[in-house]
Amino acid sequence: MNENTPVIQARNLDLTFETNDGPIHALQDVSLDIMKGDFVSFIGPSGCGKTTFLRVIAALEEPTGGTVTVNGMTPDEARRARAYGYVFQAAGLYPWRTIEGNIRLPLEIMGFERPEMRERIDRVLQLVDLEGFGKKFPWQLSGGMQQRASIARALAFDADILLMDEPFGALDEIVRDHLNEQLLRLWDKTSKTIGFVTHSIPEAVYLSTRIVVMSPRPGRITDVIENTLPRDRPLDIRDTPEFLEIAHRVREGLRAGHAYED
Amino acid sequence: MMRNLLSILTVVAAIIGLWYAACIPMNMHEATQQAQRAGTEVTPATASERLQLGGIALAVKNPTLWRGSFGQDRPRLPSPDQVMTELWNTTGAMALSGRAMSKRSLVFHSWITLSATLLGFAFGTGLGIILAVGIVHSRAMDMSVMPWAIASQTIPILALAPMIIVVLNSIGLQGLIPKAIISAYLSFFPVVVGMVKGLRAPGMMQLDLMRTYNATQGQTLWKLRLPASMPYLFASLKIGISASLIGAIVGELPTGAIRGLGARMLTGSYYGQTIQIWSALFAAAILAAILVGTIGLIQRRTLKRMGMQP
Ligand SMILES: Nc1ncnc2c1ncn2[C@@H]1O[C@H](COP(=O)(O)OP(=O)(O)OP(=O)(O)O)[C@@H](O)[C@H]1O
Ligand SMILES: [Mg+2]
Repeated sequence: MNENTPVIQARNLDLTFETNDGPIHALQDVSLDIMKGDFVSFIGPSGCGKTTFLRVIAALEEPTGGTVTVNGMTPDEARRARAYGYVFQAAGLYPWRTIEGNIRLPLEIMGFERPEMRERIDRVLQLVDLEGFGKKFPWQLSGGMQQRASIARALAFDADILLMDEPFGALDEIVRDHLNEQLLRLWDKTSKTIGFVTHSIPEAVYLSTRIVVMSPRPGRITDVIENTLPRDRPLDIRDTPEFLEIAHRVREGLRAGHAYED
Repeated sequence: MMRNLLSILTVVAAIIGLWYAACIPMNMHEATQQAQRAGTEVTPATASERLQLGGIALAVKNPTLWRGSFGQDRPRLPSPDQVMTELWNTTGAMALSGRAMSKRSLVFHSWITLSATLLGFAFGTGLGIILAVGIVHSRAMDMSVMPWAIASQTIPILALAPMIIVVLNSIGLQGLIPKAIISAYLSFFPVVVGMVKGLRAPGMMQLDLMRTYNATQGQTLWKLRLPASMPYLFASLKIGISASLIGAIVGELPTGAIRGLGARMLTGSYYGQTIQIWSALFAAAILAAILVGTIGLIQRRTLKRMGMQP
């Protein structure tokens, strides 16, 4: 695969859920290229298909039309090759495993050697700032710490792609700011490709290299906004005119999507 | 803690009181009989007249003879102290004199029943878990096994037990194994039901997570479904072990067995030895309490080790 082929490529993606109340058109004609090292945010009103799109990439959902490739393979082949780590909206740690045990779970399944497991667990715990909490059980940690542990779990096996579905949705503003900063630093250090679903405009602008605006019924992409902010972003960059300008464009994009619906 | 103890003791005292009270009308006919033989005045005067009366009416007419309702050799209803004395004489006292394994010792009979119970429980639990794993993983098994499992439990075990004993006897199996099979037959069902529920307890998200790791079915079973099912398993095991004990006792009834708690109850009823029946009954109840309590203990320790919130 050469440098310029996209890591994730979606072409005219369609997905219709057959439900008892009739078909739901969750995705319509979605086309998108995500390049290596991109940090792409998906933003849009509830029910516009953000989660569905992420799940299609992860081969957890089968599209009814169009094609997707991940690392040049079908999503299912990519899944089998363990090409991505997936962070769900809820931390979803196993209550019967310690934090370490939870991070070890994918490593056990993928058959890593003991010493290497140890090494990786220590590394990702440090990466998400949870050193010293490895022996604790999930219920002994705050919600934000649990969410960081679930990110560590997704990082442990070092997939090149990280798919995150509203990982910070349930957290308060301050914790969220902190985790945003950490995530950005982590992305900078590891140069992973990240797909990130969010409802928050500032979060999307602060984190991403590109912001994908979606609209519902049927879910499609209405705008893709290039983020011109520098890669190095202190938290107070959010008060700069440039930041506000981009946030404004995202808001306009969202509003346009809504107007279409009425 | 103190309050709990107090309320438990109150209930126990109330039960014992009721029991003693019930002994009077239950044993009144025999008491009047004995009193008359000893030359005491009894109303009404003839045995056939007395038989016309209920126990309560007879007790009301002869308030001075109540004492005779206690301490009879073969009472209809033995009093608590008689049962407890018999229980002690056939367990603790015999054990102290080194005869715990004599044929008259309830420790011995309990052990006979217990061994069948444990063996059957192990069979039943194993079978139940295997069936549940099959049901959860195969739609065909889900459709075909569950109705049979339910149907199997609608047949009264009292009707089925003799058939099992007779059939197994004809192929030369007797003693422990047939009883264990009846135990297993009763105990596999709660395990199947509980484990199917437990193995299906993990939510979509947790299953999806395993899918993103490309985990095999075996890994998902071992690392997700089984640990998630532990609380359900223990709840089932508690029901299963008491069902096993009942199975082992019922399995001793139709064979004319001479060993085991069931056999004690049966021979007791042949010879009108109510005290023997009741003490065997209590031995069975104590055994059940110990078994369920042991599982509860293992449950608490296991779940605690698994970090489940207390
Ligand atoms: N498994 C499913 N079966 C049927 N319909 C579904 C299924 N999953 C999602 N949908 C429907 O598809 C549409 C898009 O859902 P999706 O979860 O992708 O939205 P979303 O953008 O992630 O919303 P939110 O921001 O609330 O998470 C919704 O209308 C939803 O009801
Ligand atoms: Mg969603």
